Amino acid sequence: MKADTIAAIATALSDSGIGIIRISGADAVQIGDRIFFTKSGKKRLNDSESHKIHYGYIVEFSNENPWEGTGKSWKDFIVDEVMVSVMRAPHTYTKEDTVEINCHGGVFVVQRILETVIKAGARLAEPGEFTKRAFLNGRIDLSRAEAVMDLIHAQNEYALSASLSQLKGNLSHEVKELRSEIIYEIAFIESALDDPEHISLEGYSESLFRKTESLLQRINTLISTADDGKRIKEGLRMVIVGKPNAGKSSLMNLLSGEEKAIVTNIAGTTRDVLEEYVNIQGFGFHIIDTAGIRSTDDAVEKIGVDKAKRYASEADLILYMVDVSVELDENDRNILSMIKDKKVLVLLNKSDLKNVVTEEKMMSVMKEIMPDFEPPVMIKISTLENTGIDLFMDTIKNMFFQGYLKSNRQIVITNLRHKEALLEAFDSLKMVKKSIEVGMPEDFYSIDLMNAYSALGKITGEEVGEDLVNEIFSKFCMGK
Amino acid sequence: MNEIRQKVDVCVVGAGHAGCEAALACARLGLNTIIFTVNVDSIALMPCNPNIGGSSKGHLVRELDALGGEMGKNIDKTFIQSKMLNISKGPAVHSLRAQADKAEYSKEMRKVLEQQENLMIKQAEVCEILWQNVYKKDEESFKGKRITGVKTFTGAVYDCRAVILCTGTYLRARCLCGESITYTGPNGLQAANHLTDSLKSMGIAMRRFKTGTPARMDKRSIDFSKMEEQLGDKKIIPFSFSTDPEKVQKDQVSCYLTYTNEKTHEIIRSNLNRSPIYAGIIQGTGPRYCPSIEDKVVKFAEKERHQVFIEPEGLSTNEMYVGGMSSSLPEDVQLAMYRTVPGLEHCEMVRNAYAIEYDCIDAKQLHPSLEFKDIKGLFSGGQFNGSSGYEEAACQGLIAGINAAMEIFGKEPLILDRSESYIGVLIDDLVTKDNREPYRMMTSRAEYRLLLRQDNADLRLREKGYKVGLVKEAEYDKLLQKKYFIEEEIKRLKKTMVGANREVQDFLNSLGSSPLKTAVSLAELLCRPELTYETIEVLDKERREFSQRLCGRNSLSKEVTEQVEIEIKYEGYIVRQKRQVEQYKRMEKKKIPENLDYDQIPSLRMEARQKLKEFRPLSVGQASRISGVSPADISVLLVYLR
Repeated sequence: MKADTIAAIATALSDSGIGIIRISGADAVQIGDRIFFTKSGKKRLNDSESHKIHYGYIVEFSNENPWEGTGKSWKDFIVDEVMVSVMRAPHTYTKEDTVEINCHGGVFVVQRILETVIKAGARLAEPGEFTKRAFLNGRIDLSRAEAVMDLIHAQNEYALSASLSQLKGNLSHEVKELRSEIIYEIAFIESALDDPEHISLEGYSESLFRKTESLLQRINTLISTADDGKRIKEGLRMVIVGKPNAGKSSLMNLLSGEEKAIVTNIAGTTRDVLEEYVNIQGFGFHIIDTAGIRSTDDAVEKIGVDKAKRYASEADLILYMVDVSVELDENDRNILSMIKDKKVLVLLNKSDLKNVVTEEKMMSVMKEIMPDFEPPVMIKISTLENTGIDLFMDTIKNMFFQGYLKSNRQIVITNLRHKEALLEAFDSLKMVKKSIEVGMPEDFYSIDLMNAYSALGKITGEEVGEDLVNEIFSKFCMGK
Repeated sequence: MNEIRQKVDVCVVGAGHAGCEAALACARLGLNTIIFTVNVDSIALMPCNPNIGGSSKGHLVRELDALGGEMGKNIDKTFIQSKMLNISKGPAVHSLRAQADKAEYSKEMRKVLEQQENLMIKQAEVCEILWQNVYKKDEESFKGKRITGVKTFTGAVYDCRAVILCTGTYLRARCLCGESITYTGPNGLQAANHLTDSLKSMGIAMRRFKTGTPARMDKRSIDFSKMEEQLGDKKIIPFSFSTDPEKVQKDQVSCYLTYTNEKTHEIIRSNLNRSPIYAGIIQGTGPRYCPSIEDKVVKFAEKERHQVFIEPEGLSTNEMYVGGMSSSLPEDVQLAMYRTVPGLEHCEMVRNAYAIEYDCIDAKQLHPSLEFKDIKGLFSGGQFNGSSGYEEAACQGLIAGINAAMEIFGKEPLILDRSESYIGVLIDDLVTKDNREPYRMMTSRAEYRLLLRQDNADLRLREKGYKVGLVKEAEYDKLLQKKYFIEEEIKRLKKTMVGANREVQDFLNSLGSSPLKTAVSLAELLCRPELTYETIEVLDKERREFSQRLCGRNSLSKEVTEQVEIEIKYEGYIVRQKRQVEQYKRMEKKKIPENLDYDQIPSLRMEARQKLKEFRPLSVGQASRISGVSPADISVLLVYLR
């Protein structure tokens, strides 16, 4: 139906080794050519045969080539080294021209390439749009589509128990608030148009102007969080805390599979806060390793400790790491009092060594410091021998899906689709402002107010005529 | 048997605003038509407010007129005050409203009916619709019902090929005024008590709605010095595209504005237990948009006062309509409450306010052609379909009339869509949405209202009226010429440039418009809000000569230049709206076969399947507007239909 070209990330957004960005539509190849350069810079995807793969680079894109007039070459604007395959209609999943960009995995890179593709002319795919196109273009038949629906419904249960509860109370709340304020203004204008003798719009444009400015500001705040590079992507924020040398960095390395944290046996090695995005059983979580929390005079280490405290206070789940081979001390008490209002999972590490701290002992100390707290889950692990890690992962997963874990963060826009919707609403409200400025009559305001309203509705799935099922399809788009 | 038996083409049941349009349309299209009314003296009666038009309703009347309907012409003959509403707002929401001389309106319409060839008026109550089952030709399978005629209370039978039900508020009507209940239609007219059973026996589901009207006062008992006078427009614009604007400039009468106050509200509140609605005697669903005064006082408790408009009912009567204060409270409470309003302290009621309940249908049983889905030849329009208002009724009556004729001629029905008319919005809403109260047209219901202006109704719909056969050749030619002039003038303004010279800058400066940096076209200048087609004439050296060449006069007519100005001034918005319309049309064009078996489509969700079976939409676009049908279901449908 829609002839425009769409793009989305086709792989799960995680630290997997490879990421795929898929572009589908009549302009897919052309868009690919705008941002793809082979080593010589000469070869064009447009000349490529179907189902051929090419090696080269994705290069930043703006309306003009960004290097022009800078004395630099395209090589200075490389986003990533990639393999690009060209598949021509109708022998593709969507039966449209399709280009797939295989890049190095990692959330940042994949996201940046997607943004580049969109700047080059593609539209961000609606949730499940590839499948929808495949469906509508006759690529998959009804029975298969039905199976797909079942699958989607199954995924939706996760979405309900996890994602939705995450959204609840922050982003969707703010968006709903914005929408209800916008619809109020629309309703006011419309009622005055329908009943001009009872309701007057005198002086209304000034008040709407101020209202629009405040709405713009609020939306802008939301948009700006989307650019906050530190707080990336969807998922929960877990923070590992513990006194020095408890094995936090080792755990992190185990989970992320990379030597990100410097692991030594010298206490206080980790001086800064490291943030890592890890994939646990297919679901993304943030892990923030912290410097050991203890009273310190070392200025550099103190900064790390302060940061750890701040991160801990924003965490959705605290992973409190205890070295069972040494007695609990003042440091442990400091940590416990710092995290007493949080949800805590206790990891009794170094269980391969002699257990000085038993579970009972741990429990009694916690009861003393955190009197209101429900008994925490405790898991014995050994980062050295890699034992208890599976149990730990399963526990996290269960907590997540049972809705025990909920996001505690400030509103952060983690989803490009959300960002696009916010930008659309922002632009529409700017149009309202412009209409007021140039003195257009009031009935013109409601046209753009309505656009802003339905744009915001895309985030909460409440757009009139918009389908919840499309929203559900979104989970399917990524994994196909 | 001795009973009367007569054969005609079309029977129209009811001679209100819907019935009159339906009957006139059929008769004008050459069909032998008979129109039934319980009282010939109440043809085109206006039992409630004494005006035609108003926000978005004015649009309806103009569209109706463009298609060849009568209402616009009739109000042009009989109005006593006229006003263009929303004039300070954009052109899309300008709307005409005229106060009618009710008696004259009714008389004039009756005259038109009486003089119409092929049309017969009959005072009789239709009690039964006659029909037969229709079977498919080669098979034995049941296909549906077909209309064969109607039967009146006296036993007369009229065989016909189509019946158009326009029963208004008369079906099993009862009027309520406090504790007293009368089983009559409006104004004490006889109710139609028998037809409902006949309709039910045909499988038509009936429902009950409620509406109301305020009291009428004796003019001599009102002190107008305590009210604000509301004058008509200085320059009157007629409703009908066929009316000569010069001929409608006449003396007008005034309306008056006053307000309720805390005393009024106190009386209402302390007597709520005597209101049949609040006491639970009325079960019918009333309209939210024209609430009774007791509703307003209860629901908007924080409002200290409500507006009250005192409007004349005609030139030959003393009766004044009390707009904004309809009520079903007992007569004594009414009088007490009205007398708290400034200017009404000594008012005498000629007629008291009352609420009325009546039988009607949920219009989802209809096709957009207004024909019943399962009953060939049965059409309906007006309040019977769950709408409210004279204008809404008239429009449906016209469409039902046209389509009854098309059906008899074996032609395609006339179905207007949401992007081309308010009538399209009205009918689409009625037949696809869940309406729980009498439906009133509102400008906010029209998604593409920037295109659906009252000023361009002729440009949008004249051609359709002509093709149907209700618009005369000469009027159509007039339209084609107007269109041509508009296009030529826009072209010229877009290519005529004005330079940034002294004369131009001085002119702009004098109007507070910023100076030019480079040469621009006249069209670009016209986009500036502070400039108009009229004011830029000074800079437009070729205008006179061009107009001479085009139409032989020194200037183009106001109707043409108005369109030119709007099209240019709001071009950006109009283009955006047209783009939305294109998307909408794509879905509208995908037709669904009338007898599609939704059970054969396995991947439809249960809810969607039920809704689709119930509504049986004709296009994918229509299906997508049914609540409970999601776009995913639409995708499934699209694939299935491919």
